[in-house]
Amino acid sequence: MVLTSWRSPALRVLLLGVLALLCMVGFMTVNVQTDWDFILQYRGSRLLALLLTACAIGISTVLFQTITHSRLLTPALMGFDVLYVLVQTLALLVWGGSQLAEWAPSLRFAMQVLVMVALALLLFRLLFSGSVRSLHLMILLGMLAGMLFRELSELGARVLDPSEFGISTGVPQASFRRINTQLLGAAAVALTLGGLLLLRWWRCLDVLSLGRDITINLGVAHGRVVLGIMAVVAILVSVATVLVGPTLFFGLLIANLAYWFTGSQRHCWTLPASVLAGIICLVGGQVLLEHVLASPLPLALVIELAGGLLFIALLMRGVRQ
Amino acid sequence: MIETQGVSKRYGDVLVVDDVSLSIPKGGFTSIIGPNGAGKSTLLSMISRLTPMSAGTVLVDGMDVTRTPGSVLARRLSILRQDNQTSLRLTVRDLVAFGRFPHSGGRLTAEDMRHVDEAMDYLRLNEYRDRPIDELSGGQRQRAYVAMVMCQDTEYVLLDEPLNNIDMRFAVDMMQLLRRAADEKGKTVVVVLHDINFASCYSDHIIAMRQGKPAYQGTPQQIIRDEVLRDLYEMDIAVHEVNGQRICVYFRMA
Repeated sequence: MVLTSWRSPALRVLLLGVLALLCMVGFMTVNVQTDWDFILQYRGSRLLALLLTACAIGISTVLFQTITHSRLLTPALMGFDVLYVLVQTLALLVWGGSQLAEWAPSLRFAMQVLVMVALALLLFRLLFSGSVRSLHLMILLGMLAGMLFRELSELGARVLDPSEFGISTGVPQASFRRINTQLLGAAAVALTLGGLLLLRWWRCLDVLSLGRDITINLGVAHGRVVLGIMAVVAILVSVATVLVGPTLFFGLLIANLAYWFTGSQRHCWTLPASVLAGIICLVGGQVLLEHVLASPLPLALVIELAGGLLFIALLMRGVRQ
Repeated sequence: MIETQGVSKRYGDVLVVDDVSLSIPKGGFTSIIGPNGAGKSTLLSMISRLTPMSAGTVLVDGMDVTRTPGSVLARRLSILRQDNQTSLRLTVRDLVAFGRFPHSGGRLTAEDMRHVDEAMDYLRLNEYRDRPIDELSGGQRQRAYVAMVMCQDTEYVLLDEPLNNIDMRFAVDMMQLLRRAADEKGKTVVVVLHDINFASCYSDHIIAMRQGKPAYQGTPQQIIRDEVLRDLYEMDIAVHEVNGQRICVYFRMA
């Protein structure tokens, strides 16, 4: 019954799903020349990393936009990605490289996620307690926070003594070109835990988009639920950043693609749509650039460019309204 | 019964609501009137736990609103403020159905759907049921939000200026409907109103506020009087009796 109309969100999400699946098949099979074992392992782990990234960024961006009632603000724009990078550097500073190296990488990751959640909640309360009312001021503050965190983490890296700096540069900042496949397992576990945590508030999500007053009127403990969801966002941002490094406009792009394509505000549609749009952009984009166009352009650049243009368009529309 | 005990709200140095202790009886229609900045909306939003109090206690049927779980209160008291989200991609029916959230927790039963349909009938929204609310006019959207609150089906219904943005016909409709909710369903309706004539014609009880305090309380016969209104609004208001209704005339000074 839900599938009868072309306009139904269910059908559209299904369509996105099929497209995403095609992209994944393409990613694994296009231009296979060497032996399959190697391809499966090499491409498979990269594909898994891209899927986890799409999940983490897609879900965290839609959630963040729901609790901030904005289609413009994203965790990346507010500097949360870079905050995680800062946490990584601080961990090196505080515990020292040699001690840290003895810890299992996944344990280190878990510690960093916990610190990240605490700092993200603090930053969120600082910015979104109602004292900043202008959207533009909020964006400026977010960019400022991002710059501050970036400078701080570079400063931190310089303060480290040469041997520890060696560790920090020996494990370079992840990016789409240097996907960190070492932590795939830990990232998958963190993503699952974040998802399970989100289930607690699943039914409140749609209510939250009605605004604070109506949310409270309908009996949802607004402040507590928002902080809980922000904690989930912080976990997901950590997952994405540890795998592919900080992004800027990617989340904005896929979340808005999801709203536009489903034409709905219901999280049961926008969340999967945003994840699937992310998979199509990342995995499909990679296939297109690397194999079909044989272009030397890095995928991240193309995606951030498209996202940046969308950001400007959304900003202009907001100004005109 | 709603009771406020020494309720105050302070923003910096400004005391918006000043040590208000009053009670609103169960059942009937209560209007809160007064000039701009008298603290009417702030008081209403503190009663309904939307705004934290600087001091004091609010009890709804003996339950402290700051301590009672939100979900318990949401089945007893509903509140609608004036500035609601306008850009939602949500149909009228979906919006109204959110009113059942405190009862159903998001999973609608047949009983919930009956309430939704009844509320939409009540506010004559049936022809717009599948329209997204961001395509509606201000008045239609306002009625959709009121329908949501109605199908929340609470003993106490609190509305902050529900007549804003709607034309005369729907304003009268809205007041009739709220009056009927009080008379037929035994609900306690509390409304902040700017139009004193509507307050005069529909209320059982009027609370007149000035400078953060209730200045007068009583029936429309006691409150809608030349000398009371002159004192309250600091302007000349002539009260005439027309068809048994007390009507205030103040539009053009003689």
